[in-house]
Amino acid sequence: MSEFLQQLVNGVTWGSVYALIALGYTMVYGILRLINFAHGDVYMLGAFMGLYASRWFHAGESPNAFKALAVLVTSMVLCALIGMVIERLAYKPVRKSPRLAALITAIGVSLLLENGGVLLFGASPRFFPQIVEQRNIPLGMGVTLSNQQLIVIVVSLVLMLALRWLVTSTRVGKAMQAVSHNHMAAALMGISVDRIITFTFMIGSALAAAAGVLVALQSPKIEPYMGILPGLKAFVAAVLGGIGNIPGAVVGGLVMGVAEVLVTGYLSPTYRDAIAFVLLIFILLVRPAGIFGKAVAEKV
Amino acid sequence: MRLRQALVLVAALNATFLATGCGGAGGSKTGGGAELVVGVYGSLTGNDATFGESTKLGVELALAELVAAKQGKIGGLTVRTVVEDDQGRAEEAATVVQKLINQDRVIAVIGEVASSRSLAAAPICQAAGVPMITPSSTNPKVTEVGSFISRMCFIDPFQGTVMARFAARNLGLKKVAILKDVKSDYSVGLSQYFTEAFKAAGGSIVVEQAYTAGDQDFSAQLTAIKARHPDAIFIPGYYTEVGLIARKARELGLTCPLLGGDGWESDQLLEIGGEALNGAYYSNHFASDNPDPKLQEFLKNFRAKFGKDPDAIGGLAYDAANVLFASLEKLATEDADAFKGLASSMAGTVERKEAEQDLALLIAATKDYPGVTGIITLDANRNASKPAVVLEIKGGKKIFNTSINP
Amino acid sequence: MKRFVGPIVTLLALVALNVVLPRVTNPYHFQVLILVGINIVLAVSLNLVNGFTGQFSIGHAGFMAVGAYASAMFTFKFGVPLVAALGMLPSPVAQGVALLLALVAGGLLAAVAGWLVGLPSLRLRGDYLAIVTLGFGEIIRVVILNVDAIGGARGLPGIPPYANFFWVFGAVVAVVVVARHLATSTHGRALFAIRDDEVAAEALGVDTTRYKVIAFVLGAFFAGVAGGLFAHFLSYLNPSSFTFLKSIEVIAMVVLGGMGSITGSVVAAVVLTLLPEVLRPVKEYRMVIYSLMLIVLMITRPQGLMGTRELSLAGLFRRPRAAKGTA
Repeated sequence: MSEFLQQLVNGVTWGSVYALIALGYTMVYGILRLINFAHGDVYMLGAFMGLYASRWFHAGESPNAFKALAVLVTSMVLCALIGMVIERLAYKPVRKSPRLAALITAIGVSLLLENGGVLLFGASPRFFPQIVEQRNIPLGMGVTLSNQQLIVIVVSLVLMLALRWLVTSTRVGKAMQAVSHNHMAAALMGISVDRIITFTFMIGSALAAAAGVLVALQSPKIEPYMGILPGLKAFVAAVLGGIGNIPGAVVGGLVMGVAEVLVTGYLSPTYRDAIAFVLLIFILLVRPAGIFGKAVAEKV
Repeated sequence: MRLRQALVLVAALNATFLATGCGGAGGSKTGGGAELVVGVYGSLTGNDATFGESTKLGVELALAELVAAKQGKIGGLTVRTVVEDDQGRAEEAATVVQKLINQDRVIAVIGEVASSRSLAAAPICQAAGVPMITPSSTNPKVTEVGSFISRMCFIDPFQGTVMARFAARNLGLKKVAILKDVKSDYSVGLSQYFTEAFKAAGGSIVVEQAYTAGDQDFSAQLTAIKARHPDAIFIPGYYTEVGLIARKARELGLTCPLLGGDGWESDQLLEIGGEALNGAYYSNHFASDNPDPKLQEFLKNFRAKFGKDPDAIGGLAYDAANVLFASLEKLATEDADAFKGLASSMAGTVERKEAEQDLALLIAATKDYPGVTGIITLDANRNASKPAVVLEIKGGKKIFNTSINP
Repeated sequence: MKRFVGPIVTLLALVALNVVLPRVTNPYHFQVLILVGINIVLAVSLNLVNGFTGQFSIGHAGFMAVGAYASAMFTFKFGVPLVAALGMLPSPVAQGVALLLALVAGGLLAAVAGWLVGLPSLRLRGDYLAIVTLGFGEIIRVVILNVDAIGGARGLPGIPPYANFFWVFGAVVAVVVVARHLATSTHGRALFAIRDDEVAAEALGVDTTRYKVIAFVLGAFFAGVAGGLFAHFLSYLNPSSFTFLKSIEVIAMVVLGGMGSITGSVVAAVVLTLLPEVLRPVKEYRMVIYSLMLIVLMITRPQGLMGTRELSLAGLFRRPRAAKGTA
């Protein structure tokens, strides 16, 4: 029983990271119908920006909550700017092109960030400074939660709630919803579609950066290719929840995290990745548009 | 119009491709007749990029020392290396080795870490009659390809057995859990031979868990392992993941010793793993606290040149390059006529073929070569047979524990 | 009689080139040429699914892996004894027969896998289908990784190197001919109709499900053949050659060439295979420049190098889908 509860705690922690990354995928998809393959690499950049920021603030030497927050925010802001640059230079020119052309562009950006990362940061893994000292919090029944895991869960939760508030209760959020329904109609309503799209990329990138810093906090090893696998899995999580749907991405991420952990712990560790996909395919066969997705009637 | 543009693009690409091809061959004929060209290939990009980088640095250091000692010349010819990236893909490794042999006209090839890439490249070297030294591919099948292929490291069966015996005899362990990297042939091979030897020594494997290189979360596997209460965990992976695994294990309250192989060797292991690694043991080629002057000089030079400690892969590549240089030196002194066939101007001649044959024989005959990764003697199958050392991590330092002979 | 002239000339040309090329080219260039051929087969076969039918499949490497491993195992079990039994024939012929059988076996098994993936396309559309094909590709790779009988993570060495220029480019000709015939046939029109508007196609009586499955099965078959050629040329297989990055590479060829354009796929396969080789002299900047060029190409030519048009040797611009509007 204690093993099972411990696995649940592990699953929720990792699932909230997937959820944060999946949110970026889902937001961009909702607005542009583009699978932003470079999103996982922005997550990688987030971790590296966090590394440089923590050097800048000397956050590793005498860790305190204030410095840690400064590292997180700096990384998010820098990655938001990177997201803006990527969108303006690479994605905007192909926005009117066929969707697959945009997809290949995204793949090109992804390869560029990875290989550019090797050039800039070197291929060997780097150590991410301990900006929060690790402590264990016993939860009883032999289950432990580290304070770093707790931070991951709490920060993810706060960011997700903030995003929800942004999208549903602010002017810019309503504009985002409008753009996601129909670009042309939104433009006719006086919404600057270009700005909203750029803004969406910035928010998505900032969330990915937060995920990067949070993961580096509890797994302090970062390298230029670290974004591929989590990026792929977060994409799967977004589809699982119903791509384009914000609560769906959160639920998809959590389901994905918990399912992976349970599969590893109780079914077969060597078939872990395969079984995650088998579950996904099964869910999609039952609900073809994901857990939260609505089946859209085809217009004739 | 568009069609024409497309055609022009293709034509241009083809032209560049052919031009670089001819240029390369032509250049070596005219400009550098007095060169010895050595090929190096490895994964400089892709998921295994650290392997290729370490290999490259090891060879670079060996060459730099040759330049310092003898102006970079062997038998009057200047040694030059050509380094190519295979992106960590088997088919790329095959292409790259074809390029090194047929375009750069190398006299020997140093490469790959991963046995999968070495296995793709070895048949090409064997067929072309170009000696290949793999610094760190541990799968026995690599050197079985043929007489031109040799290796500098010990093979999986030996290292797996070493750690199993050490666990059973020296540490007196009975129940061990295994956490292996399913994607890595090295890790899978090592855990297989460890299991065989450990069971033969009377122990049992209580649980076998797995991860994939690049994973960042190991809590699920370690929680499952914890529930089986093992005496120790054998983690035959690379330092890139081991540090994180150790941290997570301690966080979950697993206090048992951790065991591993030479993939652990790196200064980043301790940086990432920190205190969590105290009480861990791993087998390696050398102990950095070994006072052997040659080893100490290597460590000092490596740090001075690249600003970090070498890992096992770097040390093995350094030895591979030096064994090759020593064999070239020997050929130059013993049979100067045959040696001339290796000059870059002789590419494609019968003399070159014969010289490469001689070189392969000399490499295979390497005996008691004092490398930094141990005294290297190649056995009948051209595998290095040398003792393994077991290191203990104590108080954040790697300390020599014992040495185990083949 | 006239209809046999083309095939016979092609066959003779292939045989002649097969004899001449390895003797006159640098083995490195020759190897790249073979890889170009294998990539052409992959790109054109994926074009049947993505370009012709508009179904978004990103699991092509999985089918290639099935074909590669199946044909390699076939050769180990039956091919090698067969070549020994055919000892009285000249060895290229005996090996060719063995290879042909292995390729067919690999292709058929891959086609079965394609059929299994094609079934969910009954229910899923667009990106959901994409993720399912991606999932199937990954599942296939993970399964191969865990089956020790076919080498697992350590790979499968020692596959007899039966594949040569003749067989690789024979497969190229075969896949191009099949794709062209399909494009100009009724069945092809049905596929294009599905791509352009699935609902309208269905309303006009096209059995969309059946055609989608046919496209998948045919695409998977040729991907399997490409895998078999890959196995018998490289003589070593490892699951790491069949990651989703390989699928992505093939998709890039299809999109860069132009969706639905066969010659476009061919040209793009040539360009994208040669590009990394041409860029070798720039060393560590190679992959950075490669990815930059990919982005620039997609921005400047989003409809692909060839758009939806075809290029023919006679200098004629064919528009096999002139009937697009009426479909």
